Amino acid sequence: MFTSLASAILEAESRGLRLSEVALEAESLDQGRSVADIRAALARALAVMREAVARGAEGDLKSTSGLVGGDAAKLRHGPAGPMSGTPFRDVLMRALAVQEVNAAMGVIVAAPTAGGAGVLPAVLTGLADARGISDDRVIDALATAGLIGAVIADRASLSGAEGGCQAETGAAAGMAAGAAVEMLGGSPAQCGHAVALAQQGTLGLVCDPLGGLVELPCVFRNATGSAIALAAIEMALAGIEFAIPADEVIDTMGQIGREMDVRYRETAGGGLAATPTGRRLAKERLYQLKRN
Amino acid sequence: MVSILDIIGPVMVGPSSSHTAGACRLGLIARNLVGGTPQKAHIELHGSFARTGEGHGTDKAIVGGLLGFRPDDDRLRTALDIAAGEALDYTFAKTKLGEENEVHPNSVRITVERDGRTSVMVGSSLGAGRILVNEIDGYPVEVHADLHTLLLVAEDTKGSIARITTLLADDGVNIATLRVSRRRRGGDAFMVIEVDEPPGDDVRDHIRALPWVRWARRLDKVTG
Repeated sequence: MFTSLASAILEAESRGLRLSEVALEAESLDQGRSVADIRAALARALAVMREAVARGAEGDLKSTSGLVGGDAAKLRHGPAGPMSGTPFRDVLMRALAVQEVNAAMGVIVAAPTAGGAGVLPAVLTGLADARGISDDRVIDALATAGLIGAVIADRASLSGAEGGCQAETGAAAGMAAGAAVEMLGGSPAQCGHAVALAQQGTLGLVCDPLGGLVELPCVFRNATGSAIALAAIEMALAGIEFAIPADEVIDTMGQIGREMDVRYRETAGGGLAATPTGRRLAKERLYQLKRN
Repeated sequence: MVSILDIIGPVMVGPSSSHTAGACRLGLIARNLVGGTPQKAHIELHGSFARTGEGHGTDKAIVGGLLGFRPDDDRLRTALDIAAGEALDYTFAKTKLGEENEVHPNSVRITVERDGRTSVMVGSSLGAGRILVNEIDGYPVEVHADLHTLLLVAEDTKGSIARITTLLADDGVNIATLRVSRRRRGGDAFMVIEVDEPPGDDVRDHIRALPWVRWARRLDKVTG
């Protein structure tokens, strides 16, 4: 697999291919599997993503601790806001839906992780459904997202315990932004700018879950991460270029992660987890869990 | 080498790839060691597994693994109830397997018993659903179980490796990696053999019947 987005973009542009095509080709060579076989696995992932969106949108789920659940349905049926009727609101709804399924021990695709699993399905299926894009193109976009994630894993990290939430929902936003730009007809170079634009907006983001559980703020960070991805997609497709190349933004994320205090890396020792309310809620809920 | 399908996956029951999917895989390994659902299991949780395991369903995931459920099986959610019906008698405890900086924070020791056979393993969940088995029945190992793995302890005799690899080749099994180590000359040799195809029961029994093999285990892969 590629270890820089620059090399993947160069290869795609010089051969007149899309990023998904060079990604699938590289994966096929690396793993000794046919492209059709890899696409079939991605098709299964897409089916699970769609099921999770639908399940979470029903609105009757509660997380194991009872801290989160039912908020996706508020975006579906709740009072209107300025974004009602737009893909923006629908994408937010889908991100919450998938994460509410995850928190309730439902089946999701960890892409790139379980904690950041809402962003990619929300952005890709939300925009595909809004624009009438076929599942085949969404599957290609998943390959592109996988390529971007592989580069991030190689150069930085995809683990909140290693790099904070910038490495989970931040990385997911970068993957979703680059993948969606390809899905919507952007060039490989535009995909690169979308990744950079999304990731610059999540640099420094800490991982601070209450009680160490993948619930609060994780569920909502998937929604705000999706919003950052949408902003990056809109800007990149408008022709906006980010001056720092995506690979260097990713390297920066990795560097910040390595320098991040351990309290902000999934340990519930800092951030929102360490607020008076955060501590109280975690204590109450964990106590309840033990009683059940 | 990072694979696209590692990034877009695994398909799993939430909420945490390390605390749920990885925990389930460790349970599957323990099940493997006794060749089926154990009648008894004692599960000792260390570090973050002990602290936040209940909220992440780590307990359900490990018991689900012991029952043979894979990380994407939504029966994991009700595994504790199902265990009662399957006559799996499990107990949980919190433990300290070592110092914080020496033992991975998501670690567990699982002792399983089935039809009079007992096995103990220590393993860690490394993140993104990946696992590492550190110890089996007191032997230090390093097994990720993303391939089928044969583990054996043999007397340090000449030709032992050739004999084992021939047995595998005759069974049509391709060796992916082979590591042999020993503590001293003439001491027990420890072999970890990762293979592409699951070795049949015949070849396993052949290996076990070799007079210089003290101990042998077959672990089926628990990923993919």
